[in-house]
Amino acid sequence: MSLLEVKDLKKHFPIKSGILRRTTGHVYAVDGVSFSIDEGETLGLVGESGCGKSTTGRVILRLLPATGGKVTFDGEDVMSASHADMQRLRRDMQIIFQDPYSSLNPRMRVNNIVGESLRIHRIGTDKERGERVAELLETVGLTAEQGQRYPHEFSGGQRQRIGVARALALNPRLIVADEPVSALDVSIQAQMINLLEDLQSRLKLTYLVIAHDLSVVKHISDRVVVMYLGKVVEIADSSLLYEQPEHPYTEALLSAVPIPDPRTERARRRIILEGDVPSPANPPKGCVFHPRCARMQADPCTVAMPPLESTAGQDAGVDHEVACYFPTRYAADGTATANAPA
Amino acid sequence: MGERLLEVTDLSTHFFTHAGVVKAVNGVSFSLDRNETLGIVGESGSGKTVAALSLLRLVPDPPGKIVEGSIVLKGRDLLTLTEDEMREVRGNDIAMIFQDPMTSLNPVFKVGWQIAEAIMLHQGKGQREANRMAAELLARVGISDAARRANEYPFEFSGGMRQRAMIAMAISCNPEILIADEPTTALDVTIQAQIMDVIREMQGVYDSGVIMITHDLGVVAQMADRVMVMYGGRTVEYGPVDEVYYNAHQPYTWGLLGSLPRLDEVEKQRLTPIKGQPPNLLLLPPGCPFCGRCPYERPGCREAFPELEIVGPGHGVHCWIPLDERVAIREKLPHFMARVA
Repeated sequence: MSLLEVKDLKKHFPIKSGILRRTTGHVYAVDGVSFSIDEGETLGLVGESGCGKSTTGRVILRLLPATGGKVTFDGEDVMSASHADMQRLRRDMQIIFQDPYSSLNPRMRVNNIVGESLRIHRIGTDKERGERVAELLETVGLTAEQGQRYPHEFSGGQRQRIGVARALALNPRLIVADEPVSALDVSIQAQMINLLEDLQSRLKLTYLVIAHDLSVVKHISDRVVVMYLGKVVEIADSSLLYEQPEHPYTEALLSAVPIPDPRTERARRRIILEGDVPSPANPPKGCVFHPRCARMQADPCTVAMPPLESTAGQDAGVDHEVACYFPTRYAADGTATANAPA
Repeated sequence: MGERLLEVTDLSTHFFTHAGVVKAVNGVSFSLDRNETLGIVGESGSGKTVAALSLLRLVPDPPGKIVEGSIVLKGRDLLTLTEDEMREVRGNDIAMIFQDPMTSLNPVFKVGWQIAEAIMLHQGKGQREANRMAAELLARVGISDAARRANEYPFEFSGGMRQRAMIAMAISCNPEILIADEPTTALDVTIQAQIMDVIREMQGVYDSGVIMITHDLGVVAQMADRVMVMYGGRTVEYGPVDEVYYNAHQPYTWGLLGSLPRLDEVEKQRLTPIKGQPPNLLLLPPGCPFCGRCPYERPGCREAFPELEIVGPGHGVHCWIPLDERVAIREKLPHFMARVA
């Protein structure tokens, strides 16, 4: 059974203007997002800036109130949970933030940062909490002595480890990692990715990894959700994603990522998308991607957003869903291409 | 490759701070030919940006100072020029595209005007002529409706358009050398692809030499002919891209290549990170800066920086490990060998 179920999730931010601060429009940051995560699985959420991926993560944890939709964690409705229920649920759902500089209180010692949630949830005695913090610091590759220090005494990579230790303190089942490595240097990124993988297999964690770097997301995830302008356009098993992207946006996105291999790079064909991502305050009618899409046809693409559907003829047990009227496995005239499943 | 444009020899740029001397660039040499793209890769603090700023003599002084070396541009040592002569070089001979297009454009002037200003200053054109040229340049870097857009302010441009405007400004005086310092780090990958396309096209039009400064080995593989790997202010390895990617000789280069997840990997492979944390530039040993993080460090590595050793055509490396031992170690690196195979 899936641990987390997200159904038709919506988050619209009001735009207020004028002296009366009347609502004059909405930013459709997240607009009907659905997916599920199985226990022990890593789900990656990718997309470009402004596509709503971070907002999705925050709404799931109720760090932001949702405009609509349903989030179920282990059978329990998160959106309608009472304050007390939410406090209990939060033990099981934790977050790692992107920026290791602003997400740690500079006036608190590391011991207190990592142990704060234990104190809030009244777990153990002072001594037990101290032991637990020491154990957590060692789990993430720091030493217990370093707990006496302040955040500024650490490098970016070490601070991100502190953030991980804090997220682990309450033995959560689900961790939402919002751009966990994007602020780190290449050599430190790899340490962090390996640490997240080790923790997952040791502690049986479930991850929702939100990132813009496709290489990182594909490496760490079992399945990948691709978002564009508040909508999910494709969900695929990460082993399928690079070989058989079905949405024209996914295809262009993948082709734009440089691969650190000169021979491969020389052989690749790059799809350059025209223009910029439209404003989420005024998304295009119909399919949100149609103004930049090479396969677009006036009817139906400009009329209605295509639903997210399982691709026909998929291999048994491999998840692949796409929201497109003309997925890339068909040529523009509707005949099957080389990409089509046999 | 074409004619030699630039020859940098033993460049050292140090910062004299209250806490001590930071040797941001420490005895770095490289060259650039016409029509060629040189990639400079390294992590934060490796000295790649300071090296580029030194070429333009834009290092803030104090605290920074170019303490040693020569930068010869077509037979002229830039370090011997007066400030007035240097101003002629900037823009006309060498132009730079900065990382963050929002902070490098002036928010209170129209984009077209900012480009026209450079043209009036460097080419002595009148305002009307300069404005016309600015709009033309914006169109050339792919901004649609350029005449109208030239009349807008930077905040009305998206990130990708601002970077296009920066490129238009950089090429406005037909520079022979274009330095791009992390030109796409602040941009999304589909916009990055657009910008790389523009840079490549402009290089073709103007026959420029391009220096591409980046932390992204993918960008280097895509764009560069040759690459120089920097760490702690030193060049640790350089050569043609194929040589450096498939025949790397320096433990730091191995480490970088092993740290990267690849989009096209079929079987998931565990990454092999570099251990430890980035070095404190105030406390670098006199020897190899990678000491302390290098798994193959041996006595003596900290004492002196290794001499340049040529290991292939145009391929140089600085490392104390003897050549045969190095090759033997490399044979045992799974991640690296998978790439070469």
